[in-house]
Amino acid sequence: MELSELGIEGLKDVLDRGEATPAMVLDSFFRRIDSAQEKVKAFVTLSREQAYKMASGACGTGALDTGILAGIPMAIKDNICTKAIKTTCSSRMLENFIPPYESTVTSRLSDAGYVLVGKTNLDEFAMGSSTENSAFFTTRNPWDLDRIPGGSSGGSAAAVCAGMCAAALGSDTGGSIRQPASLCGVVGLKPTYGRVSRYGLVAFASSLDQIGPITKTVKDAAILLNVIAGRDPLDSTSAPMPVPDFTKAAGMDIKGIRVGIPREYFIPGMDKEVEGAVRAAIKQLEALGAVPVEVSLPHTAYAIATYYILATSEASSNLARYDGVKYGFRAGGKDLMETYMNTRAEGFGPEVKRRIMLGTYALSSGYYEAYYGRAQQVRTLIKKDFEEAFKSVDIIATPTSPTPAFKVGEKAADPLQMYLSDIFTISINLAGLPGISVPCGFTGGNLPIGLQLIGRHFDEETVIRVAHAYEQSTDWHKRRPG
Amino acid sequence: MSANDTYEAVIGLEVHAQLLTDSKIFCGCSTKFGLPPNSQTCPVCTGMPGSLPVLNRKALQFTIKTGLAMNCSIAGFSRFARKNYFYPDLPKGYQISQYELPVCEHGYVEISVGGGTRRIGLTRIHLEEDAGKNIHEGAGTYSLVDLNRAGVPLMEIVSEPDMKSPEEAGAYMRKLRTILRYIGVCDGNMEQGSLRCDANVSVRPVGAVALGTKVELKNMNSFKFVEKALEYEIKRQVNAIKSGEKIIQETRLWDSAAGVTQSMRTKEEAHDYRYFPEPDLVPFMPAETWIEEIRASIPELPDARRERFASAYGLPEYDADLLTSERPLADWFEECVRKGAQPKAASNWIMGELMRLLNEDGISIEGSPLVPAGLVELLSLIDAGTISGKIAKTVFEEMYRSKKSAALIVKEKGLLQISDASELSAVVDQVIASNPNEAGRFRDGEVKLLGFFVGQVMKATKGKANPGVINDLLKKKLSGK
Repeated sequence: MELSELGIEGLKDVLDRGEATPAMVLDSFFRRIDSAQEKVKAFVTLSREQAYKMASGACGTGALDTGILAGIPMAIKDNICTKAIKTTCSSRMLENFIPPYESTVTSRLSDAGYVLVGKTNLDEFAMGSSTENSAFFTTRNPWDLDRIPGGSSGGSAAAVCAGMCAAALGSDTGGSIRQPASLCGVVGLKPTYGRVSRYGLVAFASSLDQIGPITKTVKDAAILLNVIAGRDPLDSTSAPMPVPDFTKAAGMDIKGIRVGIPREYFIPGMDKEVEGAVRAAIKQLEALGAVPVEVSLPHTAYAIATYYILATSEASSNLARYDGVKYGFRAGGKDLMETYMNTRAEGFGPEVKRRIMLGTYALSSGYYEAYYGRAQQVRTLIKKDFEEAFKSVDIIATPTSPTPAFKVGEKAADPLQMYLSDIFTISINLAGLPGISVPCGFTGGNLPIGLQLIGRHFDEETVIRVAHAYEQSTDWHKRRPG
Repeated sequence: MSANDTYEAVIGLEVHAQLLTDSKIFCGCSTKFGLPPNSQTCPVCTGMPGSLPVLNRKALQFTIKTGLAMNCSIAGFSRFARKNYFYPDLPKGYQISQYELPVCEHGYVEISVGGGTRRIGLTRIHLEEDAGKNIHEGAGTYSLVDLNRAGVPLMEIVSEPDMKSPEEAGAYMRKLRTILRYIGVCDGNMEQGSLRCDANVSVRPVGAVALGTKVELKNMNSFKFVEKALEYEIKRQVNAIKSGEKIIQETRLWDSAAGVTQSMRTKEEAHDYRYFPEPDLVPFMPAETWIEEIRASIPELPDARRERFASAYGLPEYDADLLTSERPLADWFEECVRKGAQPKAASNWIMGELMRLLNEDGISIEGSPLVPAGLVELLSLIDAGTISGKIAKTVFEEMYRSKKSAALIVKEKGLLQISDASELSAVVDQVIASNPNEAGRFRDGEVKLLGFFVGQVMKATKGKANPGVINDLLKKKLSGK
C-alpha cells in the first residue's frame, strides 16, 4: 500500500510506529503528485523544496518531534496566505503575489508540525462552484477527468481525493468546502462562523467566509479543527469560545439524536440518484438509533437571492484594494483613472467583474435599502428558521449538492445555473452554522454523492459525532478513484 | 453679520481631530510623525490581502472621553462602516469610518462671543482611520504614496448648523481645541493637520426659516483661514443672490494665497460612498462601568475652571479666561497660588512678563525655564520690601534666563532695595541741589514735580531706592520742613 493513500490518522500511526520517516511519507506523496498533477491540475504552486525542509525539521519549530501534525503533508487553498510562498487566489491580479506574513491557520498548522506540499487551485477569489473561474486552469475531478471537481475549493478537494496530500484546507463562503468535498467523495467541514480565524484568508465576503478542513475521514477533519479553531487576537470576528477536543465526538454513538429533514431541501426536479442516496443515508442514521423529524425552513427559497446581494456587496468592497498601486498586477495608463481601469479590466476575470458590478449596484445610494438592507432582513429570517428548527432537532440532514459533478463547460455559460449548485449550502453560511459533507453513495456513473449535516452554532461536536457514526457504518469513504 | 444686514449666514463645521494614541487605530504601528516614508506600516495598514483590522481600545476611550467632555450621549451600541472610494492614499479602497451608529451623539459646547454665551450643538462624534499621503514630485510623470499616516485614528466632530458668523465659527474652533487639549486626546495643531476643519455654509434672508443652498468649504488649515474663508464665502453668496444668481451645491477650496474660494466639484460630481456596516469588526457596546471610569478621568474643563478662577481667586474675567485657555497654564498659575502667591499678583506676572518672554522664545508654558516656585519667591521678596517692583522685572528676566533663584540674583547683582532713610538722605539732598529750578517751582505749588524728583533719585540709585521712603524724604526736604 502506498503511504499517499493514507489520511492524517493512518500516517500518524505509521510515523509513530517508526515504519516510515516524514521524508519517506513526503516521497510517496510527491510521487503521487508527479503522476496525477498533470491530469488533475489540483495545484497552482508546489512547494517541494520547502516541504522537504519542513519534513526534516529544518524549519526549526521543533514541532516535528511533538506536533500533532508532525510530518503530515497538506495542501492549502491558494487564497490562504503563506509567508514567502506565492498566494495567487487563482487570479492574474495576484499571480506573483508573495505575502510577507503568514495566515493564522497555517501558522497554527506549522506549530503542529505540518508539511506544506503546495497551494491549490480555486475559482478566482473563491467565486465559483467548479474552478472554471480560475485564471490559470480548471482542476479536474479525479473520478472523471471530464468533470469539474466542484468549487471554489476544487483544487483542495481534488488533491485530497487523488491522494496528492493527506488533508487540505479550503474556505467556504456559500458552500466552497462542502460542495467540492461532495463532488470528489471526501469530507469537507465548514466550521461555525467565528470558530476559525480568518486572518490571512484573502477576503471574498467577510461576514460569510470561513476556513475549514477537507479530509479523507471525519476523524481527520476533527483533528485539523482541533489545531485551527479558537480565538485569534488578529481577527475581531473570531469567537472567544472554548475549543473542545473534537476528536472525542468522533466515536460516540448517536442513539436518540434527533435528525431534522427540511422539506424545502427535497425539491421536485432534483437529481433522483442524489435524492435516493441521501434518503438512504437518513435511513442508515435511523438504523444507528437516530430519530428522523421533519422540519421546515420556510425562507430557503430566498437564500440564493439574499446571498448574491450580500456576498457581492462585501466582495465589491473587499476587492477594491486591487488597484495596481501597492502590490499585484498593474497595467499602465496615461493617468491615475486609466491605470485603475486598465489594471482592474485586465487583472480580474469575468465572474469577479460580474460580482463587483452586482455588489456595487446593490450598495449604491438609492438602491441600498431595497437590496442590501432588505437582504440583511431576510438573512435574519433565515437564521430564525434554523433557530426554530433546532428547538426540536439536534442536527439537520440534507443533500450537499443538488447534482453530482457536472462536465467541464456544462454550466460555464450560464451563471444562474452555476449559482444553483450552492442552493443547499448557502443558507448555512447566511446563518453562520457549522456544516459537513460526508460521502453517502455513488451514481450509476460512479460519481460521488455527499450528505450534508448541519449543526447548531458552535456545536461542531454533534456534527462530527453524527458524521463519524454514519461514515464508520458505511464504506463510501473507502472508495478511491481508479 | 458680515456681508449685508438683510442676509444671515448659517454655518456648520466638520472637524477632524487626530487622536494622541501611541499606535494606529486598527494595528500596532506607531503614530509617530515625521519618520521615513512607509517605515511605520504593516500588512493591516497597507491593506494587504487577508489582513484584518483590530480596534485600538484607547482610540475608542479617547472618543468617549471627548463625547463626555462635550455633553454627548454615548451610544450603547455602535459600529463601524466602510466608506468606499478609490484613491492611491487609501490602501484598502475604503475607509473604515462610522455611518449610522456613531460613538457619540447630541452634544454641545458653549462659546463666548460679543459678551454673551452661545450653545453650539454637536450632531455626532465618530471614530475613523486617516488616509496616507500622496506626494507629487518630479515632472509629474509619477506620484509617491506614504502610508505612515494611514490608519492613524481620527475623530470627526460634526456640529449643528448653529453658527451665524465667521467669528462664531472661529470661537467654536478655538473652544473645541481648548477642550481637546485639556482632556489630552489631540494636540490641536491646525498647521500640522492634527486638527482639520471643513465648513458647510449657506445664507438666507434675515428671518427666513428655510435654509439656503449650502456650499462645503475645504482646505482651511488655520483658525485665521477658517474665519477668512467663511467671510469671503458669505460675501460671495450674498452678492450672487443679490445679482439674481442661484447658489449651486458644491465643494469649494479656500485659496489662502488669493484669499478666495474656488469650485472643486459640484453635487453631480460627488462620490457615492456606498456605506455599509464593516463586517471585519464586531459592533461594540461600551460597558456602563467603563464609561463612568472614563468620565471620572476627565479633568476640570475650561469653562468650569474659568468660573472658579474668577470666584475663588477674585480674578477679573479677562485674567480667568486667559489663564484657563490652556490646561498647563492654568496649572502653573494654581501652583503659584498653592505655594502662597497672591492670585492677582501672580496673574499679572504670568500674563505680562512670563507670557512676553515665552512668546519671544516661541516656547510653551510646559517648556518654561521658570517654575512656579520661582515666581512665588520673587513675589515674596517684593512683599517684604526686599526689592522694588521695578527691580523685580529685572530679577524676573534674569531668573528666566539663568534659572537662578531670585535671592541669589538680588545678592549677586546688589539689587537690594535701599530703605534706610539716612542712606537715601544724601542722595535726595544732592538731587534737590542739582535741580534748583524744579525745586523752586515745587515750592511755588507745582506739586506734580514730585514725580520728577522720585525719578531722579531712582536713576541715581539705579532703581534700588524704596519709593515710599524717597517720597517721604522728598516731601520733607522740598517743603523745607
